[in-house]
Amino acid sequence: MTSTTVTPRAATGTAARSRHRRLSPGRILLNVFLTATALAWLFPVLWAAYNSFRDYDYTSEHGYVSLGGFTLQNYLHAWEQGEFTRHFLNSLYITVPAVLITLFIASCVAFVVARFSFRFNLVLLGVFTAANLLPQQALLIPLFRLYREVPLPLWMSDSGQLLDSYWGLILINTAFQTGFCTFVLSNYMKALPHEMFEAARVDGAGVPTQFFRITLPLCRPALAALATLQVTWIYNEFYWATVLMQSGDKFPITSSLTNLRGQFFTDYNLLSAGSVVIAIPVLIIFFVLQKQFVAGLTLGSTKG
Amino acid sequence: MSDLPTVPVAAKAPTRRRRRHVQATGTDRIFLALMVIVPTALVVGLVWLPAVATVVLSFASWTGVGSLDTIKWIGTQNYVDVFTIYPPFKPALTHNVIWLVFLFMVPTCLGIFLAVLLDRELRATRFYQTAFFLPVVLSLALIGFIWQLIYSRDQGLLNAVLHTQIDWYGDSRWNLWAVLVAAGWKHAGYIMLLYLAGLKGVDPSLREAAAVDGASPVRTFFSVVLPVMKPINIIIIVVTVIEALRAFDIVWVINKGTNGLELISTLVTANVVGEASRIGFGSALATIMLVISLVFITIFLSTVMRGERR
Repeated sequence: MTSTTVTPRAATGTAARSRHRRLSPGRILLNVFLTATALAWLFPVLWAAYNSFRDYDYTSEHGYVSLGGFTLQNYLHAWEQGEFTRHFLNSLYITVPAVLITLFIASCVAFVVARFSFRFNLVLLGVFTAANLLPQQALLIPLFRLYREVPLPLWMSDSGQLLDSYWGLILINTAFQTGFCTFVLSNYMKALPHEMFEAARVDGAGVPTQFFRITLPLCRPALAALATLQVTWIYNEFYWATVLMQSGDKFPITSSLTNLRGQFFTDYNLLSAGSVVIAIPVLIIFFVLQKQFVAGLTLGSTKG
Repeated sequence: MSDLPTVPVAAKAPTRRRRRHVQATGTDRIFLALMVIVPTALVVGLVWLPAVATVVLSFASWTGVGSLDTIKWIGTQNYVDVFTIYPPFKPALTHNVIWLVFLFMVPTCLGIFLAVLLDRELRATRFYQTAFFLPVVLSLALIGFIWQLIYSRDQGLLNAVLHTQIDWYGDSRWNLWAVLVAAGWKHAGYIMLLYLAGLKGVDPSLREAAAVDGASPVRTFFSVVLPVMKPINIIIIVVTVIEALRAFDIVWVINKGTNGLELISTLVTANVVGEASRIGFGSALATIMLVISLVFITIFLSTVMRGERR
């Protein structure tokens, strides 16, 4: 958030005024309040991180509110017992294709909606956007049955059906997330200068050229922001994997938490280490790509 | 976060958009048709058709095994059963309502309040925003895990500090509230982010005018800023309602939605993937969720798409 969103304000001169304001008691109070709240907000994560580095025997003897007993063993054990290599790979197999397909098909629909005036444009946009907001449980029953009926060759899915396969999860995640991306991208594409497309048309560029050579490259900022957001969301996706996967070894990392809970139940240092490891990918996104992430969430408000 | 879209905050109508009827050539036409048909087929086939099928199945009695011929149509009997002879429904509904009210009263208001505070030039604003925003990127399932370290009966921090012996996740007198605090931890950051983005879009001259007229900051917020933010307010209301309706991950990770943590979403799931799969009955529960969500989705769409029409 930050630089981009703050700039317009600074230009108006309000910022200049407040920057030179002296530190009034009210302002100090405000900062104290915000600092205290911010630290309280960070606390649960810091607490988990802190205890993940501590020895179980030490904490069970001295209690958790203590200092000392530092070790890295928890991470090794959590990784092994939680079979994290396998679950991380599962998350990768599902997240990467799902994000790529989602962005591609959302770009397709958004392009048509933004560049051509068909009567069904608004309906189409509504159908896509609303799909993203439905409660997953409302689709579960028929979808579950449907997934059991659709056969897949064994080289695609060792269950021989869409249920309990990576393909099934990629499909449903894609179907669910496309609406959101379509909405954002259509707004973004509508704001692109249409003269460029006219010029391209005069030069004889067909629809494929307009789409692949002109629109997609111009949408790179929006696509980057959406990709960041979608990677986080699909990595964090819990429901579909929980109900549509059946063999424990195929669960992506987030859904494997249900099983891990039993294994880590007695050792909270192990549980802390496991939580930290699972949080690391999204925390990296959070710290490195925070701007992209926030831009993705608020894109529609600035472009339009 | 689950995957609530939030973007379309105050989507403004583009000022110069003139769409043309294009004389597309044959190849172009096929290409355009594919661009719409393939994605639409996916979304309609995997989202909308199942949603419709859920409504249809809610009037049936079916075990889910065997072919479609074994379906018996029983009218509205499932709905009658839901409301009369299904003990977990009332607590689940109550919990969903409590969830909603709590999200509104505490994290949503807190998020708005924090956004208003952060919407000035503070030196450490980057740090504050990062802190409040951090839980938003974590999944609710993981949040349930992380808070376990605070809530556990024997090893949790809360009991160590309070010198109590309460199983915060297990004791049905407390667990809903414990879970709500953890879920609210994420929700407040989310609302803060949305609202802050909206506030940045408010014309500063409005506030300056109010200040010149001698209005206090509180008065300015309620009389000037809040009315201007109407589209964003509606979006936040809808996001909160849908978030409360879709709540699932955190309670499923804790105890699969039992013993004080029943929610409609967990009942639907348990009726389908559990041992006794009662398709018709689960569908009736799911249909209730669907209807509630569609009301709010309609409000949402009409808010964000205003200005698209021409």
